[in-house]
Amino acid sequence: MELLDASLPYLLPIVYALAMISVFMGLCSYSVLAERKVSSWIQGRVGPNRTRLPLLGHIPILGNFLTRLGIFQPAADGLKFLFKEEIVPGHVNKFYYMLAPVVALAPALTTMVVLPFGRYVDVDGITQPLVLANVDLGMLIILGISSLGVYGIVLAGWASNSKYPFLGGIRASAQMISYELAMGLALLPVFMWAAFPGSDYGMSLFGAVQSQQTLWLFIWQPLSALIFLVALFAETNRLPFDMAESETDLVGGFHTEYGCFKFGLFFVAEYAHVIMGSALFVLLFLGGWNFLPGLADPWGNGLIGTLLSVGWFTAKVFAMIFFFIWMRWTLPRFRYDQVMSLGWKILLPLAVGNLVFNTIIIALYDTFTR
Amino acid sequence: MTDILFYIFAAITLISALLMVVSPNAVNGAICMIICFVTTAALFVLLEAYFLAVIQVLVYAGAVMVLFLFIIMLLDVNKDTSDLLKDKMTLGASITGFTLLVILIGSVFAGGQHLPETALLPVIENPTGEGAGIPFTTSAKSFGYSLFTKYMLPFQVTGFLLLAAMIGVIVVSKKHSENS
Repeated sequence: MELLDASLPYLLPIVYALAMISVFMGLCSYSVLAERKVSSWIQGRVGPNRTRLPLLGHIPILGNFLTRLGIFQPAADGLKFLFKEEIVPGHVNKFYYMLAPVVALAPALTTMVVLPFGRYVDVDGITQPLVLANVDLGMLIILGISSLGVYGIVLAGWASNSKYPFLGGIRASAQMISYELAMGLALLPVFMWAAFPGSDYGMSLFGAVQSQQTLWLFIWQPLSALIFLVALFAETNRLPFDMAESETDLVGGFHTEYGCFKFGLFFVAEYAHVIMGSALFVLLFLGGWNFLPGLADPWGNGLIGTLLSVGWFTAKVFAMIFFFIWMRWTLPRFRYDQVMSLGWKILLPLAVGNLVFNTIIIALYDTFTR
Repeated sequence: MTDILFYIFAAITLISALLMVVSPNAVNGAICMIICFVTTAALFVLLEAYFLAVIQVLVYAGAVMVLFLFIIMLLDVNKDTSDLLKDKMTLGASITGFTLLVILIGSVFAGGQHLPETALLPVIENPTGEGAGIPFTTSAKSFGYSLFTKYMLPFQVTGFLLLAAMIGVIVVSKKHSENS
């Protein structure tokens, strides 16, 4: 018992982290299913509706319903990746070829350490975020770590030692660098407004959410939201920006030479980025776990309020994931030079102009209200 | 615990830096450099300089090294490894680096001397908050505050230097067309 008491401060964070990883990975596999189902609905198909688990799938009515929804499909997909024959092509640089999928997935999972997903009121009556590590620099940490994710793609493209992956990797690195700038600049006005003088939140995401209790930032910072959203699509390598993959002209892009579970890791990494991006957009611009713009939370501050805030936040994230999928099956892919000119000639000047405009507004506001 | 972590990260930093220098393959060198940058950020975290650590990862490991890797892959620089100019440059660089190292170690250990401190502007009182200036904390806000008050001049000089570099790049990379 004493040993348990002594080791509890070290064990609890590990337990929390494991719980969060399992929830996150579950979300990843089910967003793959969501992608397949939504795409099939958009294209007038049925989508995965055959996979059935032995016991659960044979419950009289419910089993058939779940099977038709494809609920058991992610398990089959995962097992398929695991049991396929591991093929390593002879012409690759083996070390980096093996390393690349890990490098792609690890940053996407690391960023969730600073991602708040709900709030509770502690014994002193202060509202606290539900988060693994409540740090002052949350947003910067997410930007920093997710900027390491491009190495997975670049290394995969280079280590594969063949033409199409190489082109995919080169395109990905150029695209990432271009849109990171616009993304960071679009976020600055948000935090300039959120971290008003006297607040002690700084660059933390919790502060950004708390500043949206009455009005969502999406409504009164629409330009920042738009630039951030476009940059987010580019950073997650989703259509219409999936230059790294671009299967019509690059076969499979950076993962052409990958198979079985190594491809599976890239696949999971893409959806992890989508979920992280959706959560980030919800936190920054869609009010996080706040109920509706102009309305106070209808739930209280107790345990139920905490659970409902988490649920409401999750619902918003699901809506954003649906938006990501919807865009993918609606818009055609940009040409590569269009991507570059959009990033450098439109988004970057817009973001700089937005920043200067907001700075002037804040300066005027500070001058005339004091 | 902190000491052990320091020794681990310091060892990784030094080893990856050494491997970066001696590695014959440019991509290996670039990867070692990324590891070196990230572990340096870890050392900043151990010093409780969180902001600096994040910026180190964001700017150096996340942006500068992507460009490095991009250029290495595009130009395929592994082709010419042993020309005379590069040998001379390697020799010069090693001598300069070694001299700097000797000066650094000498200034730290010999006679307990300190590097000269330049006089900087005093911290004025916080114009926005109540009472005195923001006390020193590890938060980004106090970092920004001292950057825009005490270290205003170095900050502006750095900004001017970057502007000059940017204009220089534009001038160098601009193609002169015959017509205009």
